[in-house]
Amino acid sequence: MRAIKTFFVVSLFLLTSLCQGLSFAKDEFSANDIITRSRLAFYYAGDDEKARVTMELINKAGQKRIRELTMLRKDYEEGGEQKYFSYFHQPSDVKDTTFMAYKYPDRDDDRWLFIPAINLVKRIAANDKYSSFVGSDFTYEDVSGRKPEEDIHTLLRKEKLGEKSCFVIESIPKGSSEYTKRISWIDETNFLPLKEEFYDKQKELYRQFEAQEIKDINGIMTITKRLMRNVKTGHRTEVTFETVEYNVGIGDDIFSERYLRRPPLEWIR
Amino acid sequence: MDKMKALSLIVTTLLIFVPMANASELSLHGFLQTNYSVRVNEDNPQGAKEGNLILGEERAQLKASFYPQKSKIGVFVKSDFYHDWVEEDWTFDFREGYLDLAEDKFGLRVGRQIYTWGVGDLLFINDTFPKDWEAFYSGRPLEYLKIGADSLKLDIYSDIVSAEAVVMPFFEPDDLPSVGRFHFFDPYPNTPNRELEKPDSAFEKFGNMEYALRLYRYIGDFDVSAYAYKGFFRSPGMKADNFNSPTTISSFYPELAVYGLSAQRSALNGVVSAEYGYYDSLDDRSGKDPGINNSQSRFLVGYQKAFPDDFTVGIQYYGELMYKYSQYEDNLPSAFAERKQLHQYITLRITKLLKYQTLKLSLFTFYSPDEKDSLMTPEVSYNFTDNLLGAIGMNIFTGAEDNTTFGQHKKDSNIYVTVRYSF
Repeated sequence: MRAIKTFFVVSLFLLTSLCQGLSFAKDEFSANDIITRSRLAFYYAGDDEKARVTMELINKAGQKRIRELTMLRKDYEEGGEQKYFSYFHQPSDVKDTTFMAYKYPDRDDDRWLFIPAINLVKRIAANDKYSSFVGSDFTYEDVSGRKPEEDIHTLLRKEKLGEKSCFVIESIPKGSSEYTKRISWIDETNFLPLKEEFYDKQKELYRQFEAQEIKDINGIMTITKRLMRNVKTGHRTEVTFETVEYNVGIGDDIFSERYLRRPPLEWIR
Repeated sequence: MDKMKALSLIVTTLLIFVPMANASELSLHGFLQTNYSVRVNEDNPQGAKEGNLILGEERAQLKASFYPQKSKIGVFVKSDFYHDWVEEDWTFDFREGYLDLAEDKFGLRVGRQIYTWGVGDLLFINDTFPKDWEAFYSGRPLEYLKIGADSLKLDIYSDIVSAEAVVMPFFEPDDLPSVGRFHFFDPYPNTPNRELEKPDSAFEKFGNMEYALRLYRYIGDFDVSAYAYKGFFRSPGMKADNFNSPTTISSFYPELAVYGLSAQRSALNGVVSAEYGYYDSLDDRSGKDPGINNSQSRFLVGYQKAFPDDFTVGIQYYGELMYKYSQYEDNLPSAFAERKQLHQYITLRITKLLKYQTLKLSLFTFYSPDEKDSLMTPEVSYNFTDNLLGAIGMNIFTGAEDNTTFGQHKKDSNIYVTVRYSF
């Protein structure tokens, strides 16, 4: 009896150490690694991407505004340079407007806007990463990503969010930023951010991000429904990726003045 | 008759294409809009038909495009129909309408088209296309500053350099502030005999064909363009039997060629722009004809910067340097306003967006240090919904003199209101 008990205890001990060993293996990911991987999973999936996106901008009173666009993205370097092309389908007063951005790792974006009513391609100043993206609760930075080096990251704990095991990371900006603290719940398996909380200067929660639907698209886990809620204003933005395709072979020439003025129909429909 | 033609063209286009099209190929949009502008003071110009009402209209715009799947050809039509309270008239305004052909290495577009070239913000050097300054000064939405040109455009795309080449057989002048709506400087108010000669179309006189060319490429983070234009000044010159005491005066559009360059890039945490154009006054290279502008160099530098929280600021410096200035001075009639050899503008644009970008506060200012006059346009606009936009603003003209660009309109400062429902 005693022998069995001893065996049981020893086994339990061994099992526990084994589990601990495993979890130690996982802990080899530093908070920085996790954030770096998360950025790649979220903003650099595939070599290129074509998506039809609907954004619902909903105010406190429930009044909705719609932004519907086709987005084309091409990566030139993993974690580095990218080019974006967006074509707006809705609302009707901005229909046919196109927007292009070249994103660089170490300096401000180059951005261009095409205004069809006067057939004008306009270069626009880009030093406004905290400005709202098309009037939504997302900032330009939320849409295009933030460099991991801009914050100090700490792995607070690991916990389950619903069914999913997550790393919980605290990020404190090194310089001045839109937020003073961000807490991210990052899926341990695919590194997608499932939830983020943004805290303001009063150290109060003011914006909250939530991944609401995740789909496997050609083997790439993709957040196809996401929500950004401003808990202080009651405004929220729900984003649905109606269609997503990766590695479709978008040519370099798409990201040019030519296609700003004459949207590439085969890509945007 | 033109109106009927425009209408029948639109109807025909729709009748042909609507039944064949599916939703993604055919697009039909437009807006309903009211737009009023009222002169702030009661000192109305001669010929004012509706007192201090500068602009009063209800307008419907219909915009249709049809680009069939797997076809290289498409068509676009945009036409307005509006009621004008000043002229008491219902009118069609065929804004744009063209046929499009898109090939791999080139594109062709034939019909009425709007062009906007250059890097200036409301300052145009190499953009010699027709403009409606009266619309701009009376508070109509910005798109009405541009007038469509009946033209053919060839686009050529290549990795080395791309090109837009435009030919315009029908001369279209700028719309300048007109009798009855605005005060303006007239050097000969007591000479009533006026004639206006517009160049014949190139079909009548081939030499009148206007050509505009732009070569462009993106090189080393710069957007660089080179331009050339051959045609006419779009604001008239003047002929008189005798400039000192004329009995007859005729206005005409002198010949003009323009050559220029522009460059733009991200720098200094914002966007920096520069543009240059040489205005070759082909009918008065000697500089002695007081009725025709002398040749000039026009240039601008601009800088725009975006600040956090949807706040942007843009500033520009613009200059016009006149050549043969001593010939100009020697031949200047006493009735004319004397211009400085270097005519300058400084502009400022401030834009602030609030409430999830539904509320927009903006200010645009032109100021000329040599003519000591200015135009300020503050505006507040609000998107009540995605479809409904309201805007209220002012055009404030000031000037030390009555004969300068903005000073001549200083009694025409106005408040305008626009309400637009888009669909």
